[in-house]
Amino acid sequence: MFSRAYKAAVTLPPLLWVTVFLLMPYLLMFCYSFWSVSASQAIVHSWNLDNYRQLLRVNIYWQTLLRSMWIAARVTTFSLLLGYPLAYFLSFYAGKKKDLLYQLVIIPLWVSYLVRAYAWKTILGSDGVLNTLLQYMHLTKHPLEFLLYSPFAVVLTLTHIYTPFAFLPIYAALEHIPRNLVEASHDLGATPGQTFWRVIFPLSIPGVVAGATFAFVLSLGDFLAPLLLGGPSGIMISNIVVSLFGAAYNWPLGAAISFCMLLLVVSLLVFSERLEKKWSFS
Amino acid sequence: MELLVSETRFDSGSRWLLLHAVAVFVFLYLPIAVLILYSFNGEGVGGFPPHHLTLDWYRTLFADGPIWDSVLNSLQVALAAMVIALTFGVPAALALERAQFPGKALFRRLVLLPLILPGIITGLSLLMLFNVMGTKLSLMTIILGHGTALISVATTEVFAGLQKLDRAQEEASLDLGANYWQTFWRITVPNLKLPIIGAALLIFTLSMDEIAVSFFLIGRDNTLPLEIWGRLRRGITPEINAVSTIIFIFSLVAIVFWYRLRMRGEAGADVAAEIVQAVEGDAT
Repeated sequence: MFSRAYKAAVTLPPLLWVTVFLLMPYLLMFCYSFWSVSASQAIVHSWNLDNYRQLLRVNIYWQTLLRSMWIAARVTTFSLLLGYPLAYFLSFYAGKKKDLLYQLVIIPLWVSYLVRAYAWKTILGSDGVLNTLLQYMHLTKHPLEFLLYSPFAVVLTLTHIYTPFAFLPIYAALEHIPRNLVEASHDLGATPGQTFWRVIFPLSIPGVVAGATFAFVLSLGDFLAPLLLGGPSGIMISNIVVSLFGAAYNWPLGAAISFCMLLLVVSLLVFSERLEKKWSFS
Repeated sequence: MELLVSETRFDSGSRWLLLHAVAVFVFLYLPIAVLILYSFNGEGVGGFPPHHLTLDWYRTLFADGPIWDSVLNSLQVALAAMVIALTFGVPAALALERAQFPGKALFRRLVLLPLILPGIITGLSLLMLFNVMGTKLSLMTIILGHGTALISVATTEVFAGLQKLDRAQEEASLDLGANYWQTFWRITVPNLKLPIIGAALLIFTLSMDEIAVSFFLIGRDNTLPLEIWGRLRRGITPEINAVSTIIFIFSLVAIVFWYRLRMRGEAGADVAAEIVQAVEGDAT
């Protein structure tokens, strides 16, 4: 029913825009990653793999990447441990309060990322809320220094930020489970534990995979929480990229790292899509 | 346990689940509560218990010129980004639902990518583009960045709305002699009012809060998050708590507004759930 002209009119403008402002920049990043910087700080458009070689050779790059993945993995685990039981509770036990509680999980998502990271900083600092509370209650004499400027602070803050992201798809998956399956399992004599592990959990796996992907990918590329709360031991890979684009002035090397991150993220997305398809029941 | 008058059977684990849920909610809301509480604390941020509750920080805030300049900048950026994202996001949704063209799968992925991609990658790749094009960084480059990244939000929302839309009305309009332009403005857009408003609200809020992309595209003028960021690096004062509290209240108003709009509409769209679904990749 739609003419060719209509289809062209709705397709071409966004296609053009996306090509210029998304596709071209990503391709440009790819190009940059083969270039280099001259002694006079000009970009040299010579094509070679030196930047990628450097990534493999210089320890700090791949070690920081590994550390970032380790931080992201912890954030993912904690987000799932917090988000899954919450989603399960809301979906199966919250009754009429379900919608209200659901909204309550969403609301923190609307609060600025920066503001929430900042709030944790004011809680964890050496004269922050938590330390002064502990001293006020005479539980410690001296402020606990490991709370702020540590990987711990980064993991805690990112877990706080990404738990709702992990919760959402899990909740959606649980809500889509036909309740008569659960009843059938119960009627056939399964204990609640058996029903959960053999019926509910397997059916919710696509949601878990989606939630884990969100938490992992978004926390992997974070650079603000480490800057604000991480201290020297909480540096993540994006912080290195930021410094390469700033004071260290080596855009090509920064582009190479960014492009590796892009590849990592896209392959994770494809992988998790496959997993979800494999486990989805509909 | 009166909280849980539900039709569902209870097992012994449910008590633990309830406790866990309470704990998670405390975890989610504790920083927000602390933030608000200490915006009234005369002694500054930190220190327990809070002393000398005062409105001084709000007074300081209202007299603070740079903050309000940055708020105005952010409002401009958010409005302009909203226009760009809708201008290209709505047609993109129509294209994805109604047209076949080579590279459609790639196009869909590309549009949605900024939703899940860490902001640093989108921000840096645009920085390189502007650098190569010789564009000076300014609020304009931030607008282009936000507008482009948030097309994804408009597209997912409108796409979900389109799938629920009955095409018969558009067909009737075309049969009765209206052209495509008239049909689009008089039939398609009014029917998609709810998803479009929802997307617009979300784009506006996300743009107001955005920092990772703006971080790399900033010129001389700061947006509010970047102004806050700059101050955080210099040391912290409850003034930041005060401005954050005000933003939080505005966000709450937006949520309630949106919620009531949805209630009035037909069983409306759940913005968050639809975005999650789109990113999961079952939108087509």
